[in-house]
Amino acid sequence: MSTIEAKGLVKHYGDVKALDGLDLYVPEGNILGLLGPNGAGKTTAVNILTTLIRPTDGTATVAGADVLKSPGKVRKRIGLSGQFAAVDENLTGYENLDMIGRLYRLGREPARIRARELLDRFDLTDAADRPVKTYSGGMRRRLDLAGAIVAEPPVLFLDEPTTGLDPRSRTEMWGVIRDLVGKGTTLLLTTQYLEEADQLADDIVVIDHGREIAHGTADDLKAMIGGERVEVTVTTVDAIARASEILATFSGGEVQTNERTRKLIAPMSGGSAEFRHVLRDLEDAGITVYDVGMRRPTLDDVFLTLTGDVAESDEVRDAEKVGT
Amino acid sequence: MNSLMWAALDSHVIAKRNVIKIKRVPEVLMFVLISPIMFVLLFAYVFGDSIAIPGGSYREFLIGGIFAQTVVFGATFTGAGLADDMQKGIIDRFRALPMSRAAVLVGRTASDVIYNVLSLLIMALTGLVVGWRIHNGLVDAAFGFALLLAFAYAFSWVMAYVGLIVPSVEVINNASFVVIFPLTFVANTFVPSENLPGVLRTFAEWNPVSAVTQAARDLFGNIPPGTPEPTVWPLQNAVLYTIIWIIVIIAIFAPLSVNRYRKAR
Ligand SMILES: Nc1ncnc2c1ncn2[C@@H]1O[C@H](COP(=O)(O)OP(=O)(O)OP(=O)(O)O)[C@@H](O)[C@H]1O
Ligand SMILES: [Mg+2]
Repeated sequence: MSTIEAKGLVKHYGDVKALDGLDLYVPEGNILGLLGPNGAGKTTAVNILTTLIRPTDGTATVAGADVLKSPGKVRKRIGLSGQFAAVDENLTGYENLDMIGRLYRLGREPARIRARELLDRFDLTDAADRPVKTYSGGMRRRLDLAGAIVAEPPVLFLDEPTTGLDPRSRTEMWGVIRDLVGKGTTLLLTTQYLEEADQLADDIVVIDHGREIAHGTADDLKAMIGGERVEVTVTTVDAIARASEILATFSGGEVQTNERTRKLIAPMSGGSAEFRHVLRDLEDAGITVYDVGMRRPTLDDVFLTLTGDVAESDEVRDAEKVGT
Repeated sequence: MNSLMWAALDSHVIAKRNVIKIKRVPEVLMFVLISPIMFVLLFAYVFGDSIAIPGGSYREFLIGGIFAQTVVFGATFTGAGLADDMQKGIIDRFRALPMSRAAVLVGRTASDVIYNVLSLLIMALTGLVVGWRIHNGLVDAAFGFALLLAFAYAFSWVMAYVGLIVPSVEVINNASFVVIFPLTFVANTFVPSENLPGVLRTFAEWNPVSAVTQAARDLFGNIPPGTPEPTVWPLQNAVLYTIIWIIVIIAIFAPLSVNRYRKAR
């Protein structure tokens, strides 16, 4: 039996189907990456599994306890770090962790010791006795994560733990998370970044509109969506058609264009040699490029490949209205 | 340990957290203390001599009413505190912890008593300065203060419930005005209820805020000897009537709020 097991989760908010029949299985000691754009239903899934909301339909067990029938048991075995750091601004970092330890009922002295230990481990010793008001976003996020593991729960839920962090803090956070899971913790992690799921997760479930649209290991997904992309932004709309033809000769016909942003994207497997080749061909055709580069696939590419449509993040949706 | 003891311990942890906030954001406390002083002074000097009370002084009459109104308004803090915690996601953190489901509310209502103790103290001192006196001895007076505090505590459960259902702190502040102003003005707080017309008079006579005001005046000895006896049961038995309301309010709103907290959102 899996440590986290959800079957047919449905959650309706009026007409909105936040979840529309989602199954999740996470074996003990594994990390599941729940990957999806804004509004996909990630937080809703986490909230149901952590007993914060009741599903409209479906069942779930966490660490052997039924989320609906014995939520109290579930709460004893989980740690949660929600999407928005829920730390008390007026308390110091130490007071926050000490309070959480007391509420997990560790006892007065153990709660104190544990709080200091975690502050040390999360590199917050210097700020330990300052009100959280004075913390940076990254520090809050770390404190929030520390709060989730105060009682060393066997199951951990992290909802977008690195959103809003700068690249350095993000890499640090990844290290911390890997560390945790090295100790046998079962983890469900949500993210909007394919790279993050790739870095951390054993298994990835891609969801959209409350439903699973793909499931597999990071390698499975990569095999599906291919490797790197070349991205070209041309200076005039007239050049798009010609540039598209050139890119198609390298990508085997697959090119995505956006007239509004004058941007073309095509999968490319030949590395930097091929990249130079693309540049030369564009130049020979007399096309002036505004910007050009190689990049790794993102969530948008996953969606493009899987659904033939771009991920409906607000930004992309706006772009769609005007262009293409 | 049994679950009741755990609940008490959890509530204590939460109350401690709220007290830390009172200390760290002293501006709130400052206004809590300044506004009752302002109230006492304004009423004492603006209306103090212009409204006649048969056989007594309006200032003395007034103090009981101001006490009652201020502590009832104090319940707003309970609602605002909870709405703030909801908005910031802190309630969700608590709800995912294996702690007592009543502790956040019990701890909150308990720590908010501090505001009312302090504002009563400040108002009493200001009252003494402007000429208010206790005439019935300290034991009765202490009972009067205890009754005011107990009523305020019960009322903070009402606002706790409101705090859990409104979406933000701004809403609760406005909502509390809508509820608390009529409750504290259509009462005998600032004018004797006999002076009110028809329906308002009946409302005022059965209004628990009138009863707690009447009880406080009685226990402080602020009802002058010549005053006619009240003609309705609630005001004739103000202490008893107040205690009944305290019990009824808590019996209704404590379970209602805890239930709401369990389901929050
Ligand atoms: N309390 C609520 N009332 C109404 N609709 C809601 C509520 N909570 C979520 N929804 C809707 O349910 C859908 C899924 O929301 P959810 O928060 O689970 O998405 P998400 O994947 O976590 O998105 P994000 O990446 O933006 O955090 C959205 O369309 C959202 O608007
Ligand atoms: Mg979310």
